[in-house]
Amino acid sequence: MAEEVVLLDFWPSPFGMRSRIALAEKGIKYEHKEEDLRNKSALLLQMNPVHKKIPVLIHNGKPVCESLIQVQYIDEVWHDKAPLLPSDPYQKATARFWADYVDKKIYEVGGRVWKTKGEKQATAKKELIETLKLLEKELGDKPYFGGESLGYVDVAFIPFYSWFYALEKCGNFSIEAECPKLIAWAKRCMQKESVAKSLPDQQKVYDFILEMKKHFGIE
Amino acid sequence: MADEDVVLLDFWPSPFGMRVRIALAEKEIKYEYKEEDLRNKTDLLLKMNPIHKKIPVLIHNGKPVCESLVQVQYIDEIWPHKSPLLPTDPYQRAIARFWGDFVDKKIYGLESGKVWTTKGEEQEAAKKEFIECLKLLEGELGNKAYFGGENLGYVDVVLVPFYSWFYAYEKCGNFSIETECPKLIAWAKRCMEKDSVSKSLPDQDKIYDYVLHLKKVFGIE
Repeated sequence: MAEEVVLLDFWPSPFGMRSRIALAEKGIKYEHKEEDLRNKSALLLQMNPVHKKIPVLIHNGKPVCESLIQVQYIDEVWHDKAPLLPSDPYQKATARFWADYVDKKIYEVGGRVWKTKGEKQATAKKELIETLKLLEKELGDKPYFGGESLGYVDVAFIPFYSWFYALEKCGNFSIEAECPKLIAWAKRCMQKESVAKSLPDQQKVYDFILEMKKHFGIE
Repeated sequence: MADEDVVLLDFWPSPFGMRVRIALAEKEIKYEYKEEDLRNKTDLLLKMNPIHKKIPVLIHNGKPVCESLVQVQYIDEIWPHKSPLLPTDPYQRAIARFWGDFVDKKIYGLESGKVWTTKGEEQEAAKKEFIECLKLLEGELGNKAYFGGENLGYVDVVLVPFYSWFYAYEKCGNFSIETECPKLIAWAKRCMEKDSVSKSLPDQDKIYDYVLHLKKVFGIE
């Protein structure tokens, strides 16, 4: 079956990582194209004219935009291997709720942790830990949010683990001290090739954040 | 089919709540509508949505589903035989979800609220962006009767509630949405011919009074 799959991406993007993991879980070969976000390719602008953002999944020439939509698409097209969403509608709704929660909270709050200082940063750190603790509670005693195997919420959330070290350094705190079960979950996910090969090295992400801080004049 | 117990915790001007009302009406599901006072949230709401403490909350046989787009998809999956809202083809589904997400980010987002919460240059910028987003949606609609094609679909359900707020936006922003986006208004009026939509949307005058009330409460001129 000749399938042409291309992923327009940017290596530190947690959103791009989601699609990388989903494709890897399904064993799909694809072409990974790195974008320079200061100089977006004609292909990116053509394939995502509305938002002009990565990641863009191009399947047989047709674009799918927005990472959670891509993950659901990948799950539906290649439904025979490694199902990510449960089949039960209520469990699906629960999974979608938590992925939406990750989307609403982690990126924005995490961003404030490395972009701010003083009181604003202290508030951001507190909010981040509260958010992570809620997710820890949802995980409970399960090995993965998806139960016995990696699921939709795991795929939506684990990319942010690659940013934890950078956030800890910038915020001078330990996420593991506050949320040990969550870090245990993250390390468990990292034992899977689909995850380990999709996430960049945490030190590289930290270097990237330092460069961004310099660029935006944030101390 | 066993008795289904469906409850919707809602707030009458909420476009998010309206989405769920429309979806349930399309599927002809009987449910109990419970109006919340957002300044005095019920124990039930706080118990059923402890994370966000927001409406709408759909409670199906005692189990809560939160977030309107999640609720619409849930309703579509539980009652698949009547009025399917999402297409069956995965690529078409991805397109529908993309535009549903676009509506959430751009039409219901913080920036579009500035059309009624701000004045002067800030308001003009917000109006301009708002119209641009509506035009993009008009482009996506094309010559179709509905975003869902021949019938009401996911994107229609997600977007049309906002039509009840258009009059308020026009009065606050002193502009005409119909002049800028005639095809979109034609689409909205077509949707309003359906009972499931017209019975789920409040009167535009009532929304405008509500917006004026909010402006007073928040000290916005």
